[in-house]
Amino acid sequence: MNTSSETARSTISLPDGVEIPTGALEVRSYWQNVFQRLRRDPVTVTCLVIVLLIILMAIFAPYLAPADPYKASMLKRLAAIGTAGYPLGADELGRDMLSRLIYGGRISLLMGIIPVFVALFVGGTMGVIAGFVGGRTNMLIMRLMDVFYAFPSIMLAIAISGALGAGIGNGLLALTLVFIPPITRIAESVTTQVRSFDFVEAARASGAGSWTIIRVHVLSNVLGPVFIYATSLVSVGIIIASGLSFLGLGVSPPAADWGLMLSTLRQSIYVNPMVCALPGVMIFITSLCFNLMSDGLRSAMDVRL
Amino acid sequence: MTDQQTSTGRDQASDGDRPLIDVHNLTKHFPVKRGIFQHGGLVVKAVDDISFSLKKGETLGIVGESGCGKSTTARLLMHLIELDSGEILLDGQAVGGKEGLAVNELRRQVQMVFQDSYSSLNPRLPIQDTIAFGPTVHGVSQQEARQRALSLLESVGLQPDQFGRRYPHELSGGQRQRINVARALALQPRVIILDEAVSALDKSVEAQVLNLLVDLKTEFDLTYIFISHDLNVVQYMSDRVLVMYLGKVVELGTVAEIYDNPRHPYTQALLQSRPSMNPEIRIDEPPITGDPPNPINPPPGCRFHTRCPFAEDVCATKEPPLYTKSGVDVADHAVACHIEEASSGHSKAQPRSGDA
Repeated sequence: MNTSSETARSTISLPDGVEIPTGALEVRSYWQNVFQRLRRDPVTVTCLVIVLLIILMAIFAPYLAPADPYKASMLKRLAAIGTAGYPLGADELGRDMLSRLIYGGRISLLMGIIPVFVALFVGGTMGVIAGFVGGRTNMLIMRLMDVFYAFPSIMLAIAISGALGAGIGNGLLALTLVFIPPITRIAESVTTQVRSFDFVEAARASGAGSWTIIRVHVLSNVLGPVFIYATSLVSVGIIIASGLSFLGLGVSPPAADWGLMLSTLRQSIYVNPMVCALPGVMIFITSLCFNLMSDGLRSAMDVRL
Repeated sequence: MTDQQTSTGRDQASDGDRPLIDVHNLTKHFPVKRGIFQHGGLVVKAVDDISFSLKKGETLGIVGESGCGKSTTARLLMHLIELDSGEILLDGQAVGGKEGLAVNELRRQVQMVFQDSYSSLNPRLPIQDTIAFGPTVHGVSQQEARQRALSLLESVGLQPDQFGRRYPHELSGGQRQRINVARALALQPRVIILDEAVSALDKSVEAQVLNLLVDLKTEFDLTYIFISHDLNVVQYMSDRVLVMYLGKVVELGTVAEIYDNPRHPYTQALLQSRPSMNPEIRIDEPPITGDPPNPINPPPGCRFHTRCPFAEDVCATKEPPLYTKSGVDVADHAVACHIEEASSGHSKAQPRSGDA
């Protein structure tokens, strides 16, 4: 790396006969800077590792789970943590908790991540258009978003999945619709702010069209804050998805899902509180990690630091 | 297509005396919004019926208080805001419309340097990309645009290999303004509008950037429109000066005429209000008091009559056009004041005499 950048430097012979090295000079790009700063932040790195472990755990669930998550046993109902063959105990139907927690991550992560990314794309596009075009377009889009905004997000998700019926697909759709308004609003407000800067006007004075200005000058400034906000929504998504499952609107039994497990185990909380709390602990850890990661990302992306 | 057009355009400019930029009756009124839905019918007369021309190779200074329409004029010239009426001729060609010069071509030939050096640079783009952006928009290849950017960095006095990949927040105000100048030069324009380009810089840096601008002007064969509220800087930079007040041209002339022989009471007051190094000529009282009237509802007649020490009835009723003395070209000295014209009805108006 060092030697290549030095050779790249030596090829510059200015002012006459300008020669440009195609490779990068030793000065780092913006994203390299962000990555450097992220790497030095122990909290973010720890959270990233935990999230990656949880994702790997969910992907390789069939290989990791010690037992069949759906095999019930009347004798082992609500077995305590540490019971032989049941390292994390058993649920109210005597199914192995460890295996169910490993499988449960699949749906919870799916419900947390996919709606956020879809909403990031849809809401981000609408917000940037609203902010950049302004005027009536802005008013139309933003007032429409305000209608959705009037409902608390969990109520809106419940209403949408209640109307569409239970199931993972409808749950994903409900969460996506819940996340679009806040992302649109963030994208719109940042775009409006960016649009007022002189560099947008300077770009227009250079003869650039709106599309080029958005692509080169607006998105580079808007994407960061919107992305940071979206990562913080992942944890909200997991919690709302759990809530939907808890209410019987998300996933239906006997599927293993953290939220659903929490819901069915709550009746047994006085019998074996430790086991009943486990799905909640998983939700807590995952959402906390996503939140801390988005915090770390925000400080790493602040160029003025 | 653009190559051919510009080359023929340059030939014509060099053989004739045709002004490079000719502005006729430029007008821009901004509607004032009173609520979300209704327009009150009120307008801010930001730029009201102004005309001037710009010879190739000269520097035209535009001075005036804040809000007098200097920056609006600059943005109108770039077609960054639509003009309400009037006409801009670039090298004899009208801009816009079916027959006229394309707005994009105008923006290639006329470039602008903004006042705020920080907000006029994209914080997420390395400065060499900021400079190369314009050329790539106009179809220059990435590689060539990059080369042009680096050689322009050299031209504005910044080491290309040291600065090219830096971000705006890593530079000082003076360095950022040099980048802005380089960005404007990247399209190889003929005219550069400097909208308060050095006003935000401290004095020593300002001097460096001004000297750079003077050097670049000869190096790249440029014509400047230099907008500023700093009368000393305008005097240093300009060949001719245009004084604006509330969206109107009040006086226009060569720098010698304006600074040594100001005719309009407003210009005289402006020049008197300059801080002086010589205590003998400092004044205790401001030459004029109060704020400019509201541009939403400017006073009838001469817009300056509410603050003018020589105001008479005629000033409140009749709007003075730009008067010139016989034998003097409009471009050399013209004044919008009734005192200048014997037939205007102003009691101080002397038929073709010297000072009033």
